Formats: sequence, C-alpha cells, structure tokens
Amino acid sequence: MAMAAHQTHAPTTSDGHSLGRLSDVLWRHPKLFLALLLCLPLLWLGVVYLGSLAIFLVQSLFAIDDFSGLVTYEPTLATYRQLFSDANFDIILRTVLMAASVTLASIVIAFPIAYYAARYAQGVWKAVFYLGVMLPLWSSYLVKIYAWKLILAKEGILTWLFTKLHLLWLLDSWLAIPVIGGNSLSVSYTGTFMVFVYVWLPFMILPIQAALERVSGSLVEASADLGAHPRQTFRHVLLPLALPGIVAGSIFTFSLTLGDYIIPQIIGSSRLFIGQAVYAQQGTAGNLPLAAAFTLVPIVIMSAYLWAARRMGAFDAL
Amino acid sequence: MTPAILFQNVSRHFGSVRAVDGVDLAVAEGEFFAMLGPSGSGKTTCLRLVAGFEQPTSGHIEIFGETAEGVPPYRRNVNTVFQDYALFPHLSILDNVAYGLMVRGMGRGERRREAEEALAMVALPGYGARKPGQLSGGQRQRVALARALVNRPRVLLLDEPLGALDLKLREQMQEELKTLQKTLGLTFIFVTHDQSEALSMADRVAVFHEGKVRQVGTPEEIYRRPKTRFVADFVGSSNVLSRAQCQRLGLDAPAASLRPESILLGTPTDGQLGLTGTPIAASFLGPINRVTLDCAGERIVASLPAGTPVPAAGEPVTLAFNRQDLHVMEEA
Repeated sequence: MAMAAHQTHAPTTSDGHSLGRLSDVLWRHPKLFLALLLCLPLLWLGVVYLGSLAIFLVQSLFAIDDFSGLVTYEPTLATYRQLFSDANFDIILRTVLMAASVTLASIVIAFPIAYYAARYAQGVWKAVFYLGVMLPLWSSYLVKIYAWKLILAKEGILTWLFTKLHLLWLLDSWLAIPVIGGNSLSVSYTGTFMVFVYVWLPFMILPIQAALERVSGSLVEASADLGAHPRQTFRHVLLPLALPGIVAGSIFTFSLTLGDYIIPQIIGSSRLFIGQAVYAQQGTAGNLPLAAAFTLVPIVIMSAYLWAARRMGAFDAL
Repeated sequence: MTPAILFQNVSRHFGSVRAVDGVDLAVAEGEFFAMLGPSGSGKTTCLRLVAGFEQPTSGHIEIFGETAEGVPPYRRNVNTVFQDYALFPHLSILDNVAYGLMVRGMGRGERRREAEEALAMVALPGYGARKPGQLSGGQRQRVALARALVNRPRVLLLDEPLGALDLKLREQMQEELKTLQKTLGLTFIFVTHDQSEALSMADRVAVFHEGKVRQVGTPEEIYRRPKTRFVADFVGSSNVLSRAQCQRLGLDAPAASLRPESILLGTPTDGQLGLTGTPIAASFLGPINRVTLDCAGERIVASLPAGTPVPAAGEPVTLAFNRQDLHVMEEA
C-alpha cells in the first residue's frame, strides 16, 4: 500500500523519557502544575515575609519596662501611646511630608521623560533611554549618596557652579529659609530631598513609561480630532490612562522614602526620620516594641493611600 | 462651488518614502468619496492630511476654501472614524460619545442628551453606561461613528472603518453608512482597500497607487474604463490584452482591458469581436462559472453565467464580446 511508505512525523503516545512523562502528568493535572508553580513564591511570601511581619507587629503590642529596660511580654497599648508622643509624632510627620514632596517632585520630573520614551523614542534612543534610567541603579547606593554629599557640600561643585554663574545669592537666600535651609545643602532638608528624588526617580519613570506605552497613539489623535486642545487631551486622556503607572511609581517612591534610614543620616540635619528611629530603637535603645510600632506607620499610610487611589478610580483603566 | 476638500499638488514624504506624491483632488460637498488602493498606496496618509495629523511636505490643502496647512486637528471641522475605533477605554460609552461636546464646554445635561440621541441614531440606545471593552467590534464601530457625528462635522473621514468586521456585518454597515450619509447630507471620505466596498458605496472613487492618484471617477467609469493596467487589475480582475493581441483584433493600442463578464461563448455576430482560446481551468462560483483560457499565449478569464455549458479543457473554443466592451488603456 502506498500509505505504508509514508513515514509519519506525528508524535507518539509515549517518548519513553521520564521528563516527557512528567509533562504528560502535569498536562493532565493542571492544578498540580499550578501548585508546583506557586509553592516556592508562596512559601517565601507567606512564611519569610508575612510571617516575620506578623511577629514584628505582635512585638509592638508589648512594652518596655522603664526601670529594668527589659521587654514585658504582656499585651498593652503603652507603646502606641509612646509612638504618638510629641517627639515621635514629629518624626512621623517629618517623614511623611518628605515622602510626599519627594513623590510629587518625582512625578513632575518623571512624566516628561516617560512621555518622551513612550511616544517619541525609537530604536537607539529607546535603548539610550533605558540605559540612562537604569544606569544609576547599577552603581552602589552608598557610593552615590556619598558622591552627592560631596556635590552638595559647601566646598562642593554645586556651590562652585552657583558662584561661577554669579547666582550664589540665590543659593544663599534659599539656604536662609528656615526649616528647609541650613548651613549648606548637604546638611539641609533640601539636600535630603534632592538625593531622595535622584535615587528613587527610576522607580517612578519606568511604571509611568509602561502605562503610557499602552496608550495607543490613535487615542491622542482621536482626542485632538474631537476638538480637544493639548491641555485637555492631557487632562482627559493621557493623565487618567497614565494614573495606574503614576500610582505604582508613587508607591515605590513613597514607601522607599518612608523606610529609608541611610540617606537622611548621611545628608541632612540630625533630626530623625522613621527609618532612623526604627534603627535606633531596635539597636542602641533596645526598644524593640517601639521600633515595631514605628514600622506599622508606613504600612498604615500605604494602605490608606492605595485605598484612596482605588476610590479615585486610579485602577479603572487596568 | 467651493469644494469641501481641495488638494493641489500635495506631497507628504517620510524621509525617502514618498507616501503621497503630487496628489490633486477635489471632493464636492455632500459627496461620498472613496479613496481606494492597496496598503501603502498613500490613501490613509491623504486622510490624515485632511484630519490634520500630518502636514504636507509640499502643496496646498483647502477645507471649504480655507487653507488647512498649519491648522491643528482640534481647529478643523472634520471628524474621523479610526480604523481601530480609538475609543477611550477609561470612559463610558456615553462619555466617549459626549467627549467632543465636553471639550467644547457644553453643559453636562445637554451633552448627555445629544450623546443619547447620537447613540440612538446608530441603533445603540441605552448602551451609554457600558465601557468600550464590553462591546463587540460592530458595536464599537457604531460608537466611533456616533462619537464623530455628534460634533456635526462638515466632513466625516472614515479610515477603513469596516475592515475589522466579519462579512455579514460589513455588508449591513455598508448599507447603513450609505443611508446615514444620504440622510445627513454630509461629505464622507472613505478609505478602503476593498474595491467592491468602494464601488458599491461611493459616488466617486479615487484609485491610489504608490502615492499617486491613478484615476478618479464614478464607480461605473472606474470599473468600465480603467485608465491603466493597475486600475484594471485592482478594481475587479479585468483581462488586460497586450498590444499584439489588440492588433490581432484590429486595434492599434498599447493595451486594452476586457471584463470577464463581457465575454460570451460562441461565434461573434455583427459589432462583436472574436478570440480563439483553449480552456485551461474552470471553477464554479455560484452565479457564474469562471473559465481560464489560453489565447495565443495570454491568459483570459471569462465569467460565464451558470447554466450555460462550460467548455471542456483542451478543446479550442471561440469567444465573442461587444466591440465597446474592449476598453483602450493609456499604458501597457
């Protein structure tokens, strides 16, 4: 028969390999496959992350004994009362204000960059964009911060630049402003703010760029076609569609600023931020309950922020 | 009368690519004008030049007698139905339709009422609360139409609006669009690569090829009297007879076109011309039988009405057609 000469390339029922048999079993039991896929991440997230977080939060319900300096293992809200004492509340307020201004500034700086990358950059320029945004992340965080300390110092390049441009008066009058000013940029809140914005900016650019990338060019054209001025197109089309990216980016910049303790320690005044307070309480002061209570603050703030963003419809376009 | 749209020697080059190359066009007010051509022929770029998304590299464009160069899209009284519909995914259907009225500052109540009316006009009343993602392709197409028409444009531009729809829906929408255009008395400029769509809907058709307009005319003219081989080929599958074949028929022309349905089986009578050919293949297409013949080395396709005898392959037959159905063309 003619068909006998025809050699089939169709797959056989069993190829004999054990790996092949394993994939057959997984194909027949999709739930087993899902379980295998998720077991490692779930173990990590469940035990290592959420578990330790829970233990930590339980700590905040204990309090330190003022006389012995030892932790008393009895549930109490004393630590939370301590958290809202004037000195500690100042720390929280300072950190939240800093995180909010860093986030706002990051959005303002990141949006045009992300917009350019999503709408205009092509080929080589796209690669240049990614390199430009990611490159700062390749070098050590500490090295960058110490570099900034030199840049912002009174003898630093920034002061030199202002002098050369005959704009030193501008810098001086800025530093003369109470609270945000100081002896030099490197010991002022302005300096802390600048370094925060610099370090977290990539985390704002990339999500906004990803969100804008998904906005088809014809939507922008349709908006103009229907009579919308560029300002209206931005307000009614681009901004709402970029909002999930902006929210995602602000979660990064906000929570990273809330938790950081290195930048305010190296650059800025000696007044504490939450991260430094946690560091000090769990270390030198040995007040683990208060440190735990401090860590609860960013969690509460971020939850409230996400809830508010959801209410505002930030995730409707997802 | 001032034409609705006027193109004077308009070119749009992208680097070395001449997307639109020296186009002259005049679209009359109230006309259903189709721009027909294969992809990359410049028809969509022409539409974008009218909408204002592109600026001409050279030449002059007028919209109702007013210079269009340098006028941004949001200051032009034309609206576009986009190929991908371009509905705003974050807005409800009603807000999508009311968008143009909203950015013009119309009050909330009034624009909602107008948008509802526009939705009713495209047979989607009560769909306002849904999001674009919840609608089918055909419904989205109608929303895009309503969103454009609610602004009462003087010219409506349609960029392959039916391309993504299945055949049945497409035919239905073709009829509806045609009716809508007649009732509203609007100027429609319709871009398509589907020749049957262009021929069936348009008052006049411009055939585009490689950035140039090859022929402008009524569907009948384009179909019966194609000026060039490209038009003859693209608009229906016409037979193109070579110079040698023309001479054999006693005609001194570089080329001539002959529609498959003009050809009959049998000896030519008075006023008819004849060809001898050998059938190579035949296929049954419902109302017609399509027969491919070899006539002195050239392939000729004849559409014979179903029910008439189909010649057997290999047996030479005589073909007859009316003298006036043979249309002389400019170039080979």
